[in-house]
Parts: sequence; C-alpha cells; structure tokens
Amino acid sequence: MNTIVDVESAEMSAGVPLSEWGPAPARVVSAFGFWLFLLSDIIVFSALFAAYAVLSGQTNGGPSAIELFDKRHVLYETSCLLASSFTCGMMMIATDRREVALTYFSALVTAALGIAFLRMEFSEFAQMVHQGAGPTRSAFLSSFFTLVGMHGAHVTVGIAWLIVMMAQVGTLGFRPMVVRRIVSFSLFWHALDIVWIGVFTVVYLGAFS
Amino acid sequence: MFGKLTLDAIPLNEPIPLATVCFLIVGIVGILSLVTWKGWWPYLWREWITSTDHKRIGVMYVILALVMLLRGFADAIMMRAQLALAAGHAAGYLPPAHYNQIFSAHGTIMIFFVAMAFVIGLMNFVLPLQLGARDVAFPVLNSVGFWLTAAGVLLINVSLGVGEFARTGWLAYPPLSELAYSPGVGVDYYLWSLQISGLGTLLSGINLTTTILKLRAPGMSYGRMPVFCWTALASNLLIVAAFPILTATFSMLLLDRYLGFHFFTNDGGGNPMMYINLIWGWGHPEVYILILPAFGVFSEVISTFAGKPLFGYRSMVMATMAICVLSFMVWLHHFFTMGAGANVNAFFGIATMIIAVPTGVKVFNWLFTMYGGSIRFSAPVHWAIGFMITFVIGGMTGVLMAIPPADFVLHNSLFLIAHFHNVIIGGVLFGVMAGYTYWFPKAFGFKLHEGLGKAVFWCWFVGFYLAFMPLYALGLMGATRRMQHYANPTWQPLMIVALGGAVIILFGILLTIVQLVVSIRSRERRRDLTGDPWNGRTLEWSISSPPPVWNFALLPTVSGPDAFWNAKRHPGTPGAAPPLVSLFVPKHSALGFFLAFFSVIFGFSMIWHIWWLAIVGLLGAITVSLRHAWQTELEDTISVATIDDHERFHHSQVARA
Repeated sequence: MNTIVDVESAEMSAGVPLSEWGPAPARVVSAFGFWLFLLSDIIVFSALFAAYAVLSGQTNGGPSAIELFDKRHVLYETSCLLASSFTCGMMMIATDRREVALTYFSALVTAALGIAFLRMEFSEFAQMVHQGAGPTRSAFLSSFFTLVGMHGAHVTVGIAWLIVMMAQVGTLGFRPMVVRRIVSFSLFWHALDIVWIGVFTVVYLGAFS
Repeated sequence: MFGKLTLDAIPLNEPIPLATVCFLIVGIVGILSLVTWKGWWPYLWREWITSTDHKRIGVMYVILALVMLLRGFADAIMMRAQLALAAGHAAGYLPPAHYNQIFSAHGTIMIFFVAMAFVIGLMNFVLPLQLGARDVAFPVLNSVGFWLTAAGVLLINVSLGVGEFARTGWLAYPPLSELAYSPGVGVDYYLWSLQISGLGTLLSGINLTTTILKLRAPGMSYGRMPVFCWTALASNLLIVAAFPILTATFSMLLLDRYLGFHFFTNDGGGNPMMYINLIWGWGHPEVYILILPAFGVFSEVISTFAGKPLFGYRSMVMATMAICVLSFMVWLHHFFTMGAGANVNAFFGIATMIIAVPTGVKVFNWLFTMYGGSIRFSAPVHWAIGFMITFVIGGMTGVLMAIPPADFVLHNSLFLIAHFHNVIIGGVLFGVMAGYTYWFPKAFGFKLHEGLGKAVFWCWFVGFYLAFMPLYALGLMGATRRMQHYANPTWQPLMIVALGGAVIILFGILLTIVQLVVSIRSRERRRDLTGDPWNGRTLEWSISSPPPVWNFALLPTVSGPDAFWNAKRHPGTPGAAPPLVSLFVPKHSALGFFLAFFSVIFGFSMIWHIWWLAIVGLLGAITVSLRHAWQTELEDTISVATIDDHERFHHSQVARA
C-alpha cells in the first residue's frame, strides 16, 4: 500500500526502536514476503534431500551413484549455474541504475547460462534413462531424479519468469512494481544456486566420497 | 478422450451416496436459482467473490468451515450409528468399502477444511484489526489463498458423486495408498484436493506472517501485541515451515502413483516408513497450527470478560513460542511402534511430555486472570471454561500416551481417538466457537443471540463427554480405530452411549444454525452502535462495527499493551488528531477465483487421467496470472470526504448508544 511513507530517517533520528516504527514500506514488505516463500521452498527441497539421504543406497540391484555420475559433466553444469548468478547480480546493478540495455543484456546472458545448464542436465537424464537407469528402476534413482529434477523445474520456471520480467521492463518500464518483482526474481535465482550447492555436495560429491 | 472417466464412476447402485448427491445437487441448484432470481450475482461478484478485503475473506473462510462442518459431522454420525449397530452377528448398514471412505473423508475434511479454514478465517479477520493495519500484506494473494482452499473443498466433495474417496485413513499411509493396493481414484482425489488447498494455506501463512512482522501500527512493539497476534504468529510460522513438507511428501506419493517411482513402495527399495516420518513432520506442527490460535482466542476472551489484563503476558508469549519450537521435535510419538528402539522412543516421549509444561503455564495464566476479576458469564466465557476443563483431561491422556510402553498398548485404539478428539474438540472447536461468538458483532454490527449461544455450548459440552468418554473405556477394553464391525457384544452399550453423545452434538450444530437465523432476523434489536460491545481491550474494538474497508481512518499510535483499554482510560485531548488524508485500498481482483477455477479443472483431469484437459487447466492458470501481472491500476482511492462522513456517522452512533 503506498499510503505508507518511508519514515526511516525521521524515526531513526528520534531514537525510536525499530519494532515501533509502524508499517514498513512496500518494497520491504514485498521482499520480506518473498524471503518467507523462499524459506518454504527450501523446506520442500529439504524433504527431498532427506528422501535422497534415506534412499540413496537402495539401488534394488541396479546401478549405483558412482557408476552413473560423471564428475566433469557436473563441473560444467555447476560453472554455468554459478556464472549465471553473477550475471543475475549484474542485472540487479543495471536495474538499480535504470540502465535498460545493460539489464536486457545481463538478463539474456543469465537466461542463456540457465538454458545451457538445463541442456546438460537433460542430456545427463536422457543418457541415464537410455542405460536403463530411469527413475522407475530403483528407489535411489526415484529420489535422484526427483531431487535434481525438482531443481531443474525451478530453473525452468525461473527462466520463464525472467523472460516475463524483461517483457515487463519493455512494456511497463522500471516502475516500482516491476523493480520489486525483479528483486524477487533475483532472490529466487540466487536461492536456486544455494540449493544446487547442496545438490552438488550431497548427490555428486557424496557419490565419490 | 476422457481418460479413466466413464459413466460407471457415478455410484448408481449405492443408495446412500446417490441420495446424498441428489440432495446436494438439489440444494446447490436451489441456492443458485435463488441468487439468480433475486439478482444477487453482481453484488456477490463485486463485494465478496472478487473482494480483496481481509474482513470479507475471513468471513468467507468461516462460512466455508461451517458448511464443511455439516459434511464432516454427517460422516461422524454415520460412523457412530454403524458402530452402535454392528455388534456380534449384526452387520450394520454401511458396507466396509463405504465405511472406509467415510472415516477417511471425516478426518480429512474436519482437519483441512473445518479446523484449518475456521482458524485461518479468524486470523484473517482479526489480525489486521488488532495490529492497527489497513489490510494484510498481500491482499490479492489473500484472495488467491482462500479460493485455492475452496477449490480443494470442491474437489473433495466431487468425489462423493463422481468416483470414490480414499479408503486409507486421513493421512493415506503407504503402502496401502500406493497404486498396487489402491488402484482407484480415491487416493488421487485426496492428494490433488490437498495439494491445491495446501498451496492456498501456505500462501495465507506467508501473508499473515509478513503482516504481523511488518505492518504493525506505530508504537506496537512485539511486547505490546495482543496475545492472539502472538499465537497467530507462532501458528503462521509453523504453516510456513511445515506445509512445504506436506507438499513434498504428497508429490513423492503422486510420483509413485502416476509415474511408477519407488519412494514408498514395497518393491524397488522404497521405504513406506519414510512417508510416515515425513507426513508427521508436517502433521504434528499442524495440531499446534490449529490449537495455538485457539489459545489466543481464549486469552482475549478471558481477559476481556474478566475485565483484567492477562495474567503473565510475558510467560504466555514465551510459552507460545516454546510450543512453536517444541512442536517440531515430537513427531515420532505418532509411531512409537515403528521399532526405532528404546533410546529414540525415550527421547521423543520425553520431548512430548515437555510440551505439557508451557501448556500448563498457559492454563494457570488463564486461571489467574479470572481470579479476582469481575467475570461476565457470557457465551464466549462458557466456551473458555469448558475448554479449560476438557483440554486438561485431553492433555493428560496425551501425556499418558507419550510413555512409549503405554503407547504400545494404546496405539491405534479408540483410546487414541478419544484423546485427539478431546483436544481438538475441547481445544480447537471450543476456541473457534468462542472466537466466532466474540468477533461476530465486529464483523456484522450486531450480537448473536446469547441464550442460544449458551445452549449451543451445553450441547457440545455434554455431547462431547457422552460421545468420547466411552471411547477411552472401549480403547482400554481393546477396541481399535477404523473398525466397521466388532464381535464382542459387551462393547455395544458404550457404543450406543457414544451415539447418544453424537446426537446431542447434532443438536448443538442445528442450534448454531437456529442462532444465526434468529439473530439475523432480530438484528435491529441486537445492533451494537459503539463498535465496542464487550468493553474490549484491543484495537479492533476502537473502530465501527462492521469496520470500513480501510479499517483505520488514522493509524493508531500504541504506547503499551491493551492499547484500546488504555486509550479509554486516558482519553487524549480532543482536536489534537492530525487531519485525515485520502487512502488507497486494493482494487477487487478476480485472479483468485479464476486460478481456483483452473485449478479445479487441472486437479479433476489429473485425477481421471484426462491429460489434454489438465494442460488446458494449467495454461488457463498461467494466462490469468500473466494477465494480472500486467495490471497497473491496483488501488482505489478513498477520498477524505468519504472517510470523514464515515467517522462522523460512527461518532454520532456512539453518542446515541
């Protein structure tokens, strides 16, 4: 609600404690709500991580993690995703400065790196299914495909969201509503990186430990 | 073309569901034609269906909960009637396949669509008013959350007439709920209905948490929040932390059922006990999601009607937050019999008993609040005192079952059924009924009939004891839950007493409807002009009843707990108020309604494997979301003149009263 004015400076100088400042400005409220959503999303992933931890040894006589994963492949995937977080940060800086061209450019690079990541993930999945190691083969593979696939699904949604946001920048410009959404997108994208670090550590490094 | 859906899905050869469905269809068509005939659609669409006003949405949640209470109770009394009959050689009137659907639907509906909807409705209505806020943090999202819940309600009720419902119990434990043992659509109805409504609940939890933490009136530090806000905060934090576990767990079961994964199957290395651990990782916090706001209602009611500040405010807050944290550390007590070993069971048994400590602190705080107060013995106070007696008994049987060796004997017996009904009816239901009676005049501007309100209480109170105390005894005698027939005829007298209790509760429910009708018809006599019918203590009583869309013409400034009580005792100098300014309120939005519409299409076609229609549903949902994303006119302006008129009118009303 834009009835709420930014009162920070006046209240701070008066020495009023933060909890008594009254309603927070819209940008704070929207980002805070989105943080809570991300928290809940990370809990979805925690449940899938827990399932993977329980089931990763249940290969049902089928292939195990160490026979299936390719270290080099995962390194490329990870590099793409981490680089995309950097370019996403660049996009935020460009948005803060209201530089349209740089925003588009870094969004384009972010989306391209995301698509490259998804392509590599897809080829990994396709190869595993081809080898007879699809998700129905064993509980281990069910939990692997679900955990990694869930992350991939999030990346897919993220790319779609990024495209929508660029269309919004093009049609609506950098109005507060649009900027708030770009901030939320950027939080989302970085959170997916954090989840991937978990996947990389638990699933891939875990297999070779 | 239509997947698994054929005409055989209509239960033409089962008289009981068929008659129910016909009755429902006649009822719904009757209501819809009445609305059309009276020309109410434009009003309903504009003022309710597309409303983003937290008060309207709260009222709609409560109506939804009351309607679903009728459905859930119909299931309950059918079960009680069956068990009163089906002893020894008598088979009763419900075949096992139908009976199993009834107990599954009863539990699912009562928890998700009665208790949850009622509690969320009360929080939605009350929180912004108590916090001195103009609305929740995300008003459109609020409407989306409500309509997704309604979509879940619709799907679960469609299962009555098209296909079947789950026969697996309200938590759908695998391997029974896996495709190998439940090949029908029942479990799919259960899963999709709860996935869609669960998403709505999560959105609501995020919204209300943000509202409490970010939109409090100037001066309202955490230590000055009403206790209901504290309990609602704890409850919504639990929603944000626990509902994603439910979503993830159901997703895994869906993958098992639809794509042949092996999370919880018997074969392929799956692990059914993992489902039971995960589902109770959500399920135990869930019972505190329900009970904590009820504790908050009782705190408000007791403090208001005793005319005293709440005894031990700080200890009450600490107890609330302690329960909030501990609720995540006890889930295993739902399956001590899993065989996790003595040490694990001992840990969870002791953790469970520890929760009794903060709960006990709360009970003593309520008692000490009443002690020395001048108590007005109103209907909400009846519920509160009935709660304290009943809940303490339920709590004690809970601590009894927290002892693993005792639990090995009582597990899955009627003793357990008696225990959790004792805390859910005696705690949550009494709490929401107290809240309903207490805040009704704030929502509608007139009080409910007091005598009928007390009659409703006595029916529930007496009916509860008659219906559930025999179940404790039967549990100790060896009767198990979810049984449709028993061989031991000595159980029958107690079963008949329990049926008698259910009939008395039926009168309580009917009297609730009578009370509502009588109160509406005599509303002119019951009008509350002051906005403060109970001599209240918190900010919601400082404005008119019903409150205007913008709630507060000027944001109140809070300088201590019981803000309104203090303002009444120490009125400020008149004329000192700053001038009114024009306000912005969120515009109406049909996003929630259309998202729910497409979710129902999506859910229904997933249940029946109509893949093309599922894609249509999904694309529809994406389209309406994108359309909303390009909406730039999101707020209506309320002019100073409008606000000023309302304020003057309210002040003249107060002067008249």
